[in-house]
Amino acid sequence: MDILYLLVPLSVVLVFVVIGLFWWALHAGQFDNIEREGGRILGGD
Amino acid sequence: MSVTAKASQPAVYNDGVVRGFAIMSVIYGVVGMLVGVIIAAQLTWPELNMGIEWITYGRLRPLHTNAVIFAFGGSALFATSYYIVQRTCHTPLFSNGLAWLTFWGWNLAIVGAVVTLPMGWTSGKEYAELIWPIDLLITVVWVAYAVVFFGTVGTRKVKHIYVANWFFGAYIITIALLHIFNNLAIPTSATHAYSAYAGVQDAMVQWWYGHNAVGFFLTAAFLGMMYYFIPKQAERPVYSYRLSIVHFWALIFTYMWAGPHHLHYTALPDWTQSVGMVFSLILLAPSWGGMINGIMTLSGAWHKLRDDPILRFLIVSLSFYGMSTFEGPMMSIKTVNALSHYTDWTVGHVHSGALGWVGLVSMGSLYYLIPRLFGQKKMYSVPAIEIHFWVATIGIVLYIAAMWIAGVMQGLMWRSVNPDGSLTYTFVESVKATFPFYVIRLLGGLLYLGGMILMLWNVTMTALRGRAQDVPVLAVNPAHA
Repeated sequence: MDILYLLVPLSVVLVFVVIGLFWWALHAGQFDNIEREGGRILGGD
Repeated sequence: MSVTAKASQPAVYNDGVVRGFAIMSVIYGVVGMLVGVIIAAQLTWPELNMGIEWITYGRLRPLHTNAVIFAFGGSALFATSYYIVQRTCHTPLFSNGLAWLTFWGWNLAIVGAVVTLPMGWTSGKEYAELIWPIDLLITVVWVAYAVVFFGTVGTRKVKHIYVANWFFGAYIITIALLHIFNNLAIPTSATHAYSAYAGVQDAMVQWWYGHNAVGFFLTAAFLGMMYYFIPKQAERPVYSYRLSIVHFWALIFTYMWAGPHHLHYTALPDWTQSVGMVFSLILLAPSWGGMINGIMTLSGAWHKLRDDPILRFLIVSLSFYGMSTFEGPMMSIKTVNALSHYTDWTVGHVHSGALGWVGLVSMGSLYYLIPRLFGQKKMYSVPAIEIHFWVATIGIVLYIAAMWIAGVMQGLMWRSVNPDGSLTYTFVESVKATFPFYVIRLLGGLLYLGGMILMLWNVTMTALRGRAQDVPVLAVNPAHA
């Protein structure tokens, strides 16, 4: 099952990328005003 | 298209590409479902193979799967992701040229599939059958897609990235990874290549790909579609925006590990099978998070379902999504899988997700989108949308019920042993017993195809009656940026 030497590290890297993206989102204020964001798309067009 | 120095020249959305992909999606829907009906007929009456190699079942089946998933589903995703990302970011697409490249490139790849698959040129990998030259074209198209999509998000005029764009972003990145790794191969000719992997290793990579194609292409991406069009059509915000974020992260993390459930009781190591089973069961929670969020968006507005067939398409699609994301984890349990594997129950499960979730959410979204792309408020015929909904739903129910019964019957017949330990039934006896269910399934598929043809008519009339118009980019209220 040598393929796991590829798939597991690849998946772990992906998990780190996911964590990194989440960390960025959190600190860039993406989750600051959640209650309002859902309704924002309803205005206009 | 971009804002020029003169204030009198406002930016407009790039809806040309959206229009192109939306129309092609409906056309490919009819084509892909027609091929599906043909192969269903061939399974029922094998004489319909007619000894003509290019239209035999074996050649046409991948044409069907590629057409419905990538041509129909893919075009719908391109159209809606381009539409949604522009409007939620309040900016036109990052690159007009690259966006059109994705349109022509994607269609060229589809033409390539139509030519090569009946010729029997195939990699033999399910949902990744296309030969290596077409794989390279798809890679180029996908890189362009990523540049356009992430470029648009990167140049957005609002700080917040609407949740639908997270789903689209995850699907674009993951599909790039999956496509490249699963299709790694050493070419021997223009039409043939040896997979970089062998044996059960290849099977593992294939089903890592296969299940993530389902999880990201057919699920995450269409959830992105759902998270925009249900609020817009219902004129209500998502039930819980917080939940949408939580289940997004949970979903994309968990999906990656579910692949081994395709390989229960094969040469794959037991521990890998168990990992797949456990993560598939966990997946039930974030999936149902999405379903509940979408359906509960109608909280306080259920009456809208009475009169609005588009909303019905969208909400019922979520019911099938919930059903399929319950059924899937159940089928991932090894004991259950011991019965269901290789039977028509798997086919029933696939089509419950494909016709019920993917099909209906695409139809609902396109019915919202297409009039607006032609300067209209509604489709040419709203009663036709109503008829389509009922015809499609009845078709789905016939299809999946027939396949459930056939599948469980097959599983039970195959495992039945006599007191002396010999098998009770021969394989061909199970094939014979399946016949009436193949007839019912064909009927279900015919109904579904009929609904799609009605949609094509409705879309054509809407386009002919309407006019493509430039839509100015909605300025962001400074207080809300």
